[in-house]
Amino acid sequence: MARPRFIVVGGGLAGLMTTIRVAEAGFPVDLFSVVPVKRSHSVCAQGGINAAVNWKGEGDSPWRHFDDTIYGGDFLANQPPVKAMCEAGPGIIFLLDRMGVPFSRTAEGLLDFRRFGGTLFHRTAFAGATTGQQLVYALDEQVRRHEAAGLVRKFEKWELCSAVIDEAGRCRGITALDLTRIEVQAFPAAAVMLATGGPGMVFGKSTNSVVNTGSAAGAAYQQGAYYANGEFIQVHPTAIPGPDKLRLISESIRGEGGRVWVPRDGRPWYFLEEWYPTYGNLVPRDVATRAIFKVVFEMGLGIDGQPMVYLDVSHLDPAMLERKVGGVLEIYEKFVGDDPKKVPMKIFPGMHYSMGGLWVDYAQMTNVPGLFAAGEVDYQFHGANRLGANSLLSCLYSGQIAGPAMVAYAQGHASAASDGVFEPEVKRQQQAYDRILGMDGPESAYVLAREMGEWMTANVTVVRDNKKLAETDQKLLELKDRWGRIGISDRGRWANHDVSFVKQLWNMLELARVITLGALRRDESRGAHYKPEFPNRDDARWLRTTRARWTSDGPQFSYEPVDVSLIPPRPRKYDATIGAEARG
Amino acid sequence: MAEGRTIELRVKRQDGPGAPPYWQSFTIPWKPQHNVLSALMEVRTNPVTTSGERVPAPVWDASCLEEVCGSCAMVVNGQVRMGCTALVDKLRQPIVLEPMTKFPVVRDLMVDRSRMFEALRRLSVWVPLDGTYDLGPGPRLSPELQQFRYALDRCITCGCCLEVCPQVHRDDPPGTGFVGAAAIGQALLMNLHPTGQLNKDDRLDALMGPGGVASCGNAQNCVEVCPKEIPLTHAIGEIGRQTTLKWLKDIFAR
Repeated sequence: MARPRFIVVGGGLAGLMTTIRVAEAGFPVDLFSVVPVKRSHSVCAQGGINAAVNWKGEGDSPWRHFDDTIYGGDFLANQPPVKAMCEAGPGIIFLLDRMGVPFSRTAEGLLDFRRFGGTLFHRTAFAGATTGQQLVYALDEQVRRHEAAGLVRKFEKWELCSAVIDEAGRCRGITALDLTRIEVQAFPAAAVMLATGGPGMVFGKSTNSVVNTGSAAGAAYQQGAYYANGEFIQVHPTAIPGPDKLRLISESIRGEGGRVWVPRDGRPWYFLEEWYPTYGNLVPRDVATRAIFKVVFEMGLGIDGQPMVYLDVSHLDPAMLERKVGGVLEIYEKFVGDDPKKVPMKIFPGMHYSMGGLWVDYAQMTNVPGLFAAGEVDYQFHGANRLGANSLLSCLYSGQIAGPAMVAYAQGHASAASDGVFEPEVKRQQQAYDRILGMDGPESAYVLAREMGEWMTANVTVVRDNKKLAETDQKLLELKDRWGRIGISDRGRWANHDVSFVKQLWNMLELARVITLGALRRDESRGAHYKPEFPNRDDARWLRTTRARWTSDGPQFSYEPVDVSLIPPRPRKYDATIGAEARG
Repeated sequence: MAEGRTIELRVKRQDGPGAPPYWQSFTIPWKPQHNVLSALMEVRTNPVTTSGERVPAPVWDASCLEEVCGSCAMVVNGQVRMGCTALVDKLRQPIVLEPMTKFPVVRDLMVDRSRMFEALRRLSVWVPLDGTYDLGPGPRLSPELQQFRYALDRCITCGCCLEVCPQVHRDDPPGTGFVGAAAIGQALLMNLHPTGQLNKDDRLDALMGPGGVASCGNAQNCVEVCPKEIPLTHAIGEIGRQTTLKWLKDIFAR
């Protein structure tokens, strides 16, 4: 057999890191992305990346980072991989620094660190407030270097259709759609990485990019890959409401001194600082979001009766703000028109991140041998709630370990794929698109997507109620039924957006059911999953990883124990006055 | 008050490369906070022209919708800019949308900007990394240098600077056309990094070749349209200085 080739689907941070690691081992990589890789959603990460280097002399350590992450995630994450990630953190920051990322500096020329949510330490390295963009660019440059050397081939504006799985159940490559020519092709590989990001578009409006449909994960799930902890959806406390998306206002704003308040009795009321004296405005996101919901919906204190609260930096030094968070404030100014340095921002929580995703083992391989997952599309590192600035770290760390793991897997399973598996799969996928091209019913795919998003946002985000969850699942079944009566406006075979969107929508509906039914079944409150009917964490019954397996009758759920061998679960109480949680 | 208020878009369409362009108008109900992309999304849910004809929805590039991915550059009312931050209430109507003219049209408002990525390859815009394993911290940098590099690295590869550059043409031969302001800024970003400097000569050699920095005609349009206010003319000036020094050095080394 010739030298094995590898496939990476997704050109965000996890995919780029995987690509670099495989190429560095000397193996060729085919890198697929729905957008030019430099435009991937990782560019939207603003505030920074965590690593416990203790350069502020606060007594920070990888163990404390590990403890904050596990505690912040309400003990749902398997602990060994999280510990390994936190230990790798400093090395990853140094690597990025060597790549030339323009991280913010101290007077001595060292990396600067700021505070983020869910920790009392200055642990977050940052490049202004566009850290994700700077990181993507640095990795993109390294991939281009390998591309120039002939090791990497890029397939930009290609979308995953399916994994190609042989009779033995092993992944042997993929089929992918050329989004310009609307043609399906097969690509064999010794191992395949899915680094395709989160499912934000399932919620319609979110902080995510429009390419974050979760469609690739949905496709893999329908082919037998388990989807784990899907019900854990992070709603970020501070976003700008908008008609097309909810634009993120980074946690770094609060890390640099921003304060959240609402007017009460004619004066600002800093409710987070009052309720959580130790962490103040930097409680974890699920806690801050629920507090804002309480103030707005239970106490009726939203600004002018609207679902909005203030995020205020107008008391801070404008030069410091410009230097450290200028990129974020610029977004607010461009879209709202007010200068946040002078006028408090009006914000509201918005769907942001999926802690759940494809189930993977500690080497990032799904239950389908040869099919790997890394980045937001996996479920591995964040438990029931992700801490800010841990996502860039988990993307890079999971890619870093997955690259070598894919190479090792290929060397252990060097048998050539029988060509016979590719052709039928290409035919099946091409026929699916041909069918979509012929759809001429009365329904609009975009209207169905909007309805899905509205229902998911209303019922499957911050506050969850079993009756409404059950109704939402009925609604999703209705939408799946109406999907069959879609009509598409565009029947051409050139750069046709409708045809790929209709397929994505189906995959989104499949994932939406996993998220909704997973939430319906989990009768407890843990991290981002909050049910007033069951307000407490229930470790006896629910300290379990949810695993959904696709069947034609809907998701089938099973539960596996969580590895809590390193830090025994303890109650999660951010309102305690001094952090027992910070103990190492 | 909002009753009956509408937004009219006039979209220049083209079914594919080489196909003749044509115009279509769409009218949608006004809503607060609309931008050009959210208005186009509204059109897509029910693609019927102002004259009542049901047509294939227009196609455009977009991803982040918050001006950091660089996808949605287009010509709005005659001016190149990012569609996401083109707020409808600040635009004259009908809002005229056209694809950028310096890049081949794929379809409608979607263009092929691969020459920008190719330029980065021509200029070796990367640090020559030994490997991704842990080799300890990187070099120290002054906060002043970091801030200048950061300003350069905010480039979103949108192509606005190429669109307005008189030295850039749609039919430039691949590999020898002017690399453009964006790529020159990125080359300077690397040349200013202590490790990036190690292959500075590769970049300067390419910048002294065809389509390099000498192709700049000093029109200074680039810096005017850059959505990220990158000091592009400063970067071009500095790279010009570096190439001159390199040229002199090469002469004396002979």
